[in-house]
Amino acid sequence: MAEAILQVRNLKKYFKTNSGMLHAVDDISFDVREGKTLGIVGESGCGKSTAGRTILRLLEHTSGQVIFDGVDITKLSGNKLRKVRKDMQIIFQDPFSSLDPKKTISQTISEPIRVNRILTDKKQVEERVLELMKTVGLAERLINSYPHELDGGRRQRIGIARALAVLPKLIVCDEPVSALDVSIQAQILNLLKELQNKMNLTYIFITHDLSVVNHFSDDIAVMYLGSIVEKAPAEELFNNPLHPYTRALLSAIPVPDLRHKRERISLKGEVVSPINLPDECRFANRCFECEARCRRGIPPLLEVSPDHFVACVHHTPPEAAGRAAGEALA
Amino acid sequence: MGDHTAKLILDVKNLVVRYETEDGIVHAINGIDLQLGYRETLGLVGETGAGKTTAALAMLRLVPDPPGVVECERLTIDGRDILNMPSAKMDDVRGKDISMVFQDPMTALNPVFTVGEQIAESLQIHEHLDKRDAMKRAREMLELVGIPGSRAGDYPHEFSGGMKQRVVIAIALACNPKLLIADEPTTALDVTIQAQVLELMTTLKEKYDTSMIMITHDLGIVAEVCDVVAVMYAGHIVEQGTLEDVFNRTKHPYTEGLFNSLPNIYNRTAMLKPIKGLMSDPTDPPPGCPFEPRCEYALAECKTRNPDLVPAGPTHKVACLAYEQEGFHIKRRI
Amino acid sequence: MEKDLKKMPTPAASSTESASLSTTQARLVSKTFKKRSTWASVWRQLRKNKGAIAGLVLLIIIIGVALAAPIIFDYNTDIIQNNIRERRQPPSADHWFGTDEMGRDIFARVCYGARYSLAVGVVAVLFALVFGVTFGAAAGYIGGAFENIMMRLCDILSSIPSVLMAIAVVSALGKSTLNLMIAVGVASTAPFIRVARAAVLTVRNEEYIEAARAIAVPEWKIVVTHILPNSLSPIIVQATLRVGSAIISAAQLSFLGLGVPAPAPEWGSMLSAGRIFIRDHSYMTLFPGLAIMVTVLSLNLIGDGLRDALDPRLKS
Repeated sequence: MAEAILQVRNLKKYFKTNSGMLHAVDDISFDVREGKTLGIVGESGCGKSTAGRTILRLLEHTSGQVIFDGVDITKLSGNKLRKVRKDMQIIFQDPFSSLDPKKTISQTISEPIRVNRILTDKKQVEERVLELMKTVGLAERLINSYPHELDGGRRQRIGIARALAVLPKLIVCDEPVSALDVSIQAQILNLLKELQNKMNLTYIFITHDLSVVNHFSDDIAVMYLGSIVEKAPAEELFNNPLHPYTRALLSAIPVPDLRHKRERISLKGEVVSPINLPDECRFANRCFECEARCRRGIPPLLEVSPDHFVACVHHTPPEAAGRAAGEALA
Repeated sequence: MGDHTAKLILDVKNLVVRYETEDGIVHAINGIDLQLGYRETLGLVGETGAGKTTAALAMLRLVPDPPGVVECERLTIDGRDILNMPSAKMDDVRGKDISMVFQDPMTALNPVFTVGEQIAESLQIHEHLDKRDAMKRAREMLELVGIPGSRAGDYPHEFSGGMKQRVVIAIALACNPKLLIADEPTTALDVTIQAQVLELMTTLKEKYDTSMIMITHDLGIVAEVCDVVAVMYAGHIVEQGTLEDVFNRTKHPYTEGLFNSLPNIYNRTAMLKPIKGLMSDPTDPPPGCPFEPRCEYALAECKTRNPDLVPAGPTHKVACLAYEQEGFHIKRRI
Repeated sequence: MEKDLKKMPTPAASSTESASLSTTQARLVSKTFKKRSTWASVWRQLRKNKGAIAGLVLLIIIIGVALAAPIIFDYNTDIIQNNIRERRQPPSADHWFGTDEMGRDIFARVCYGARYSLAVGVVAVLFALVFGVTFGAAAGYIGGAFENIMMRLCDILSSIPSVLMAIAVVSALGKSTLNLMIAVGVASTAPFIRVARAAVLTVRNEEYIEAARAIAVPEWKIVVTHILPNSLSPIIVQATLRVGSAIISAAQLSFLGLGVPAPAPEWGSMLSAGRIFIRDHSYMTLFPGLAIMVTVLSLNLIGDGLRDALDPRLKS
């Protein structure tokens, strides 16, 4: 098993709002293995993007640790932080707002090289830009084009080239394909996969699309209202989903295949606002298996079988279940 | 497309729409035929720029003119000639006989009126109900889409995205239309909410015997709600047939490409096979088959000849020259 | 660095577009593929706007007149020298716009006056631009208490009538052309603070700003290279329109006797001098008044045209 390059421990990110504390990311912990992909999946407002940005310190965390390559980066500042930033990059969802409309492709891709003084010679910078463009599949003739002259797929390639320019080890991909058409989406997913294999990149892949995350990730964490409710290797999560939310989410994906007819679990209601949450299972209000004990405290994320973690009172690890049974007997 | 002798709710022949702009003529729709039987659901599938939404707008005579120019041989809805209808009469038909659900529920509702008033408005105009009766029906419609009738006095901003889309559906169905056109109705919604809304639409459609055109880019949604499918590419229909025809007996290379681009949820290791390149510029379409520049089966004559939509089975049609060769077939990944 | 770069291979697959040039030819590439600047596209948009082009032609003529005036006319003999024998003559072949109460040629004075009006307008707006944009952009970018204080100051500044404000400034600093510029500039600062702050606020939350932060671009550099260039359009429009109103303010002050000191041919003071003769010798006020109107109109036409050309919502 590969070493964990990133360890997130009890990370919290709260926002102050007029109506109270907004728990955007509420105590999440996970490891990301080097050269692998962790998928974070959840619906809008579950805190997945906030988590990604907090890990990169684009947002300041409220508490917890983010250990990258053995260093807790939440404590870094100044030059040390800038150095770490070179190792951790981000690819954004919206290829239209993530590129400066006043800069040409070459200016956008060369900016990280110039700013971080990776190369200083003008000719070398330009050669490097062309090399990066080739890597992500952009034709050289586009070098002086502006973003508005290009389509979404090409723009997303520019975003990828900009992230690669600093030779990062970890890339947070925040919904990198959800703004693109299916045929273009597949091109970008294949490109990301190929780059991972060639450059031994580690990805955190944030998305709402379960079929994409399934295709792309080695491990998957499912988020609901700021917390991770289930975490397992992709294969295991799809074959043996345990948390009621994961099961409902899986059953809700429309599958373009007439041969598999599936049982649909429909969820009632909608996600509640993450402000001033009660001290109970986050999913209790919409859960079809909710019982009285679900309302007593937040269930912790526990390992129920090797590498499979669930936060649900209906699924407790074997030894804890045994202990509970023992207590009941006594 | 069903039995040709039966009456059709929608009959479109040779619809052409182009936008004449300063930068050139955008060929949005290049001669499409569509027929839809009563109580059927048609899935209109395609990517951005395929002309799906323009087709729907043309059917409602809502293409902005200028710059839009609509040409059509025949356009009837429920046996009535829409093409030559006076515009005053057309206002009567829209909202009553045909209604539309748009992609973005956030902008489809007027923020200064309560949702009840907005549902009642269409009832007052089309069904000539007085205000009290209209409000009563509005509350019933809300209950029908799963919102308590007591919320009729609330304003749109007090509802979440999924609830707003339910309100939009309630408005669309208030006058019991014969044809409902839904333009990407769930694209702005989360998966679990999408499932709720799709389920609601299918139930209501069956309850009221409404025919439906579902415009979407998501083949999964098509598989779930549609009976017949038309695949659009660059303003052409390239493949058309029943759900089974298009999904299980795929014929057109573009449809194949769409399927091969999708991650397979049952086989996570399967490599994606994207369609190469991009859709051609609609101001400068290729002279031959529109898909030729991206097609891996393209023949020499595809560059010069635009294929017609020809029968490929009892209910199945495809527009591809490769089938003129003996024994040609495509390779679906699944 | 060399070693780092070797880690990265040069893959060619997966590309959907053929890259045909080798990196040894790279140096030529950026020159071969010409850069189309955004200003070229703004000019293309502007050219379609007939009003803006008319405004531009007028303004160029006015600037031409202002530049040529000292060559054609001699300041001492043609502009300020009294000629009592020829006073208050109506327009004629000798004096196109007539003469004033001192017998000076009004045509020459109006032409020469363009120099004062344009200079005051442009310098005052530059003053307002520099201060307004600096404080407005800082308020928008820094936010918090600083923004609050800046915006309240801005509210106070704009609640004082601008002429009153300018009168106060001129009275405090004394009467001179430079002080007139400063007075008008101070009175025009508030709108620039507002516009700059609003522009920066919309740009600040764009994802490309976050992207720049992720690649470790220092904050000051983000402001200079990303935020300011993208906030420029509304500021440019504002500046163009403000030059017009600055010219009017300057004329107002001169009319009140607080502007450019006599006997300089400022349009506002010419209006003021002519006003007592307006019943019998209306040409004495008509021509300076027309000059002000045409100048301000040309600037407003250009400003409106620029607004349309720069507004991304109107672009396809």
